[in-house]
Formats: sequence, C-alpha cells, structure tokens
Amino acid sequence: MKNIPVSALIGLFFTALYFLGAIFAPLLAPYGVGEVVGDVWEPASAEFLLGTDNIGRDLLTRMIYGGQTTIFIATAATVLSFTTGSILGFIAAEAGGWLDQAMSRFVDLIMSIPTLIFALVVLSVMPVTIPTLIVVMGLLDSTRVYRLARAVAVDIEVMDYVEAARLRGEKTTWIIFREILPNALSPLVAEMGLRFIFAVLFVSTLSFLGLGVQPPAADWGGIVKENKDGIVYGIPAALIPAFAIATLAISVNLVADWVLNRTTSLKGGRG
Amino acid sequence: MSPVFKLLAQRIALSLLLLLLISVVIFAGTMVLPGDVAQSILGQSATPEALANLRAELGVNDPPVQRYFAWLFGAIQGDLGTALTSGQDISEALASRFWNTLFLAFWAAVVAVPLAIFLGLLAVRFKDRWPDKLISGVTLASISIPEFLIGYVLMYLIAVKLRWFPSVAMINDNMSLFEKLNAIALPIAVLTLVVLAHMMRMTRAAILNVMQSAYIETAELKGLNAFQVIYRHAFPNAVAPIVNVVMLNLAYLVVGVVVIEVVFVYPGMGQYLVDHVSKRDVPVVQACGLIFAAVYIGLNMIADIVAILSNPRLRHPK
Repeated sequence: MKNIPVSALIGLFFTALYFLGAIFAPLLAPYGVGEVVGDVWEPASAEFLLGTDNIGRDLLTRMIYGGQTTIFIATAATVLSFTTGSILGFIAAEAGGWLDQAMSRFVDLIMSIPTLIFALVVLSVMPVTIPTLIVVMGLLDSTRVYRLARAVAVDIEVMDYVEAARLRGEKTTWIIFREILPNALSPLVAEMGLRFIFAVLFVSTLSFLGLGVQPPAADWGGIVKENKDGIVYGIPAALIPAFAIATLAISVNLVADWVLNRTTSLKGGRG
Repeated sequence: MSPVFKLLAQRIALSLLLLLLISVVIFAGTMVLPGDVAQSILGQSATPEALANLRAELGVNDPPVQRYFAWLFGAIQGDLGTALTSGQDISEALASRFWNTLFLAFWAAVVAVPLAIFLGLLAVRFKDRWPDKLISGVTLASISIPEFLIGYVLMYLIAVKLRWFPSVAMINDNMSLFEKLNAIALPIAVLTLVVLAHMMRMTRAAILNVMQSAYIETAELKGLNAFQVIYRHAFPNAVAPIVNVVMLNLAYLVVGVVVIEVVFVYPGMGQYLVDHVSKRDVPVVQACGLIFAAVYIGLNMIADIVAILSNPRLRHPK
C-alpha cells in the first residue's frame, strides 16, 4: 500500500468521504430532508452551513440526502449494467456463431442512438420512478460493458487453460464463471469506475432536466434544477451540488486511473 | 464501377438500413413498452371514456405494424404528425427549432474544431512537458464535470457578475447575425469547453501515432525539414483519424446541445424534446428522437466516408 500515488490517495479519500456521507446520511444531516427551516436562499451561516435553498430548506441537509440518492442510483445502475453486460458478453464470446452475431449487432444498433436521446424516448412513456431510472440507465450502459467483456473474453477463450477445462468436460457455466471471469476481472474493474462516473453524470443530467428523481426526494441534479433561478440574481446555491458531482466524478476517476495503470503494468501491456 | 464508389454506396446503404432499424427501435420503445400511453398522458384520475377517446385518437387500437408503417411513411414525406398537447403540426414547430439547434452547434464547431486541432498539435510539440500535462489534467476534469455545471459557472461569472453577455440565449428572426452571435456567445463557449478537451486529446493521440511511424523517421533521415515531414508525410496520414475525431465530437455536440439549450433557455430542438418528454407527448418525442438519431448517424457516416477517401488502404477491402 506504500506505492499509492498522491492523486489516487486524494481520489480514495474523497470517494470514501462521499460514500460514507451517503451511508450515514440520516445521522449526519442536521435537519429533515423536506423540512423548511429558514428564509428563501439565506446565505451561509453558523446555523445553515451552506445556506438555504429556494423554499428555505437547509442546503447542507439536502446535499447529504441528495448525495445518498445520486450515489445509490448510480451504484445500482452500475451493478446492473456490469452483471448483464459482462455475463451476456461472456456468453456471446463463449457461444460464438449466430448468437454472438445477433447480440453484437443488436448492441451496435442500440449504441448508434445517443444514450441521452434514447433514455428520453423511453422515459416519455415509462413512469419516472427510481427503479425505472436504475433499469433504464443500467441496461443502456450495459451495451458498453458488453462490448468490453466480449472483447476481453474472446482473447481469454482461446487460452490453453480454457481448452483444458473444456476437454475435461466442464459445462459452459463453469467455463464462464471459473475460467473466464477471474481472468477478465481487472479490465472490467477499471472500467467500472468510468461507468460509475457516467451513471452519476447521467442521473444528474436527467434530474436536472426534470426527468430523473422526482421532488420532494433530493438528488444532486434535482437540487441544481430547484436552485437554478437564483443564478440570475447572483445566488450561487445551484453551483454547490454541481460542484459535488464534479468532485465525486474526478476522485473516482483518479482511483480508476490508478487501478487501470496498476493492472496494465502487471500484465506488461498498454503502459 | 470503381471500388471507391462501391464502398461508399455500401456505407451509405448501411447507414440508411441502420436508420430504418432505429426508427423501429424508437417506435417500439414508445409503443410496445409496458404502461398505457393514454393513461400516462391523462394521469391517474382520467375517466374511462377520456381514455378510450385518446386511445382511438392515438390509434393504439390498430395493430402496431400498421401504425409503424403509417408513421414511417409520414415521416419520410415530412409529415411527423401533430403534437398531442398543443395540437400543433410537429414538422412546422420543429423546422425553425432544428435550424436554431444547427446554428448553435455550427458556431460551436467553428470555434472548437480549429482550437482543438491547434492545441492537439501543441501537445504533440511539447510532449511530456507542462503544456502536455496541463492538457491531460484539463481533459480529466472536463470528462468529470456535468455540462450544466460548466454552463451555470460561466453564466454566474460572465453573465451575472461581469455582465459581458446575456445570461439567456433568446434569438429570433429579426435579429442580425451579430446580435444572434452575441446572444449565443455563452452557450457556444460551454459547448466548446465540453468537446474541446476530448477532441484535443484524440487529435494528440492520432498525430503521435503517425509521428512514430517508420516512414516519418525515414523522411527525417533523408533530410527533409520538419515542415516537409509534416506536410508531405504526417498530415495525409493523420487526416482520417482527425476527421474521425471531429465528426465523433460533432455527433456528441448534437446531444450535448440538449442540456445546454435547457440551461440557456435557447429555442432549439433539445429544449422542445425535453419539454415534451415531461408532458409525455409521444409523437413529438418520436419525431425528435428520430431526427437526433439521423443527425448522429449522418455525422458518423461522413466520418467513415472521409476515412475511406483519405486512406488508400481502406479503399481495397481484403
């Protein structure tokens, strides 16, 4: 653990900070999430550390609960996209033939529509709830994981140890989970950080557009939306959640970069 | 027929096929998904009669295949149907907004593309020194920052604090070009920042890749000066990747425009789309989705065509 570069340490510190804040939100938040405690857009004071929002709720409380929602949705969507994407990718690589062709061409098709546009099209007919958001984001993102997982698995699939496993009569599930998965894990884990950031940015963008998390629940994109009118009057409340999104994304990125460098240098590949 | 034309025809046909399939996906996505469209438009308190009327009006009772072809042939002839919420003709409403969106994206590209290529060259020239490191850092930051943050920070600092440009980008037909440009200066700046870092980084990679080739070394060894090496040897080989980078980012720009239009209240297609998604106006969403997808695919197609034309190796498929 001595060789962790400073940038990765900073990244780890802030990532941990945000995640802990999300987990212990009810303990940390000084007020209730929907509680109106002061005037509209009060400046920061000892009582309200970040000031109040557009209807007089404590902004720090909203930020803590908002972080919980944002991080929860992003994490769930990332987990979903990784499970579906990597398992389908491994199956495609292992099965080959028409199944591989059909799935890969379908993914090409979905990826040729911009993700945001596709999500908007789907959300126009689906009820906008947190589970819907997670499923839509997770499935749309799983196309990218699928491509990576398939590409990695195609290389592993021709290895001697996979051939050996096949010859000794192991079933497809064994080959996927015991032979391919452990060897494909490091590039997938490095990718996970990037997908997580993408999910955070994506859910924040949707909420900002008013099509993500619905009020009164708080989330970072939504807080920007609620307070954006203040900008014109010179009230920077909307910049605080946007700043939180940016710092979370940058710190996860720093960690992902470090993991990526470490795993590639272990293999001696792509420096 | 020469092989180049054959390749180009194939590429164009592929794009058209892709577009056709996407129209199926968009249509299926809005019509076949679980959930009653009529119910979500009218809300939970709708009476059964109102629901039945709206369903008949939407044509939900017809078989989906029939509805799809009616929609598709309409769309090809420029008839995108009417908006459910306002009863307005969609093609008419979209026409001016489409040009507004292109206007914004065009000027953002005019600023961003030369700047990105110039900075990319700068990064190659000063590889591994501070300008290069600075560019890497900015890239990392810019892919981590949501577009609306850049938008609001610029709005807060430049429009509200310094009062250099208006904070809201309202344009109309009566304004002169200069007035329009002044109005959209901030959105252009944000869009430029959004695509700049990425484009710069990819340009840098493309040129570095070419500069490390053996033939560049040969050219240097046979005594050509730096200008000739770049002009005669590096540039023709770097054109394809750079055009590719530019087109990919323009395609990204078309999507990024959606958020930026909402931030700056710009009367473009993105804002129209977002408005109607929240109103659950399905025909409008389908039309906008199709147009955005078509532009996106078109730009990707142009990138491929330029790559084919500029790279002799791609003209002769194995």
